[in-house]
Amino acid sequence: MPNLKDLKNRIESVKSTRKITKAMQMVAAAKLRRAQESAEASRPYAERFNAVMAGLAASVGGSDSAPKLLRGTGSDDVHLLVVMTAERGLCGGFNSNIAKLARAKAYELKAQGKTVKILTVGKKGRDAIKRDHGDLFVGHVDLSEVKRLGYTNAQDIAKDILSRFDGAEFDVATIFYSKFVNVVTQIPTAQQIIPASFEETEDAQGDDSGAVFDYEPSEEAILADLLPKGVATAIFSGLLENGASEQGARMSAMDNATRNAGEMIDKLTIQFNRSRQAVITNELIEIISGAEAL
Amino acid sequence: MANTMQFDLVSPERSLASLEATAVQIPGADGDMTAMPDHAPTITTLRPGILKVEAPEGSSEYLVTGGFAQINGDALSVLAEKAIPVAEVTRSHLDDLITEARESHEAAKAGEDQSIVDDAAKLLADMEALGTHMSL
Repeated sequence: MPNLKDLKNRIESVKSTRKITKAMQMVAAAKLRRAQESAEASRPYAERFNAVMAGLAASVGGSDSAPKLLRGTGSDDVHLLVVMTAERGLCGGFNSNIAKLARAKAYELKAQGKTVKILTVGKKGRDAIKRDHGDLFVGHVDLSEVKRLGYTNAQDIAKDILSRFDGAEFDVATIFYSKFVNVVTQIPTAQQIIPASFEETEDAQGDDSGAVFDYEPSEEAILADLLPKGVATAIFSGLLENGASEQGARMSAMDNATRNAGEMIDKLTIQFNRSRQAVITNELIEIISGAEAL
Repeated sequence: MANTMQFDLVSPERSLASLEATAVQIPGADGDMTAMPDHAPTITTLRPGILKVEAPEGSSEYLVTGGFAQINGDALSVLAEKAIPVAEVTRSHLDDLITEARESHEAAKAGEDQSIVDDAAKLLADMEALGTHMSL
């Protein structure tokens, strides 16, 4: 049975832990709002971009003159997995969920006899995958110095990936990130970016599909110009979704931690009161039996 | 005939403008063009330049680089990689862009593909012309 002083110390330490988790939760909540705003601000661009690209890809895609980024290299032997995670921990299952998905994919591809290369964005994902697939790493992008995520960050990553593609280092590229649904739900997602695939999205301008567009300069030239931008756009929206997901995950993880700390304090306080009562009772018994003995 | 059309200017980071416009001058890759309501549906890529928007409430100008415009009769969407209202553009913005263009020009010259060199040179010239045009 721990003595009174030990209990008191433990209660104090759990109390300060609760203060920290509470503060982290509030910081995450504030950051989440910002992250969600920028994720929403980027959505119109991505949606319109994909709508136009889907139209272009459908009309040019079939021909042999289609750019490599759309058509692929003709084989799918070498896969590049771009794993995007957070730079910090203490956000529940956020990082490990993405890492788990990427790890499973890497095993699956390996089992099919493909070559796998991994590019990590964010420290935590790198640490999580290192043990299983450390030998497959080809690069790492560090975003820990980045205060506010901008499109230029995504462009830099895209440039890196595209130069590797031009150097024929891989055939297929897939990005891994977590899609933000709400504070308690984030879905780890894998999205293939090279060769590009565009889903026909239900757009606000749904009547577009009927219109026949003039293209300046030409469909092929526009497509060749826009495909690299599509890679950057996909990465940017992935990064933003990730940012919102990270803060959401951290917020709910810290909320749980705060609640657990509260429960622990209650339990320890009851234990503390009981032992104090026991000590008092003991003293009384000693005094009384001492008096009786006289 | 409608005399205004829906105009949207979006960049990856935010949506800059969404309003009813009467005419928009677009710096297209093959030359400037002005889109007015009921223009034939067109998609064009952009070269770095100034986008001029005429609206009933007054006109506004934006510096845009990279991206494309989608003209669709009653609506015009411009998706630019970078878009800055002209009033907010400073010499340092432009210097950054020129440096970037110059770097890619140098990089292209080192490579073998001549068409890329020409493209990069054109980009650089566009950027510099932009500075003169805006008298910064």
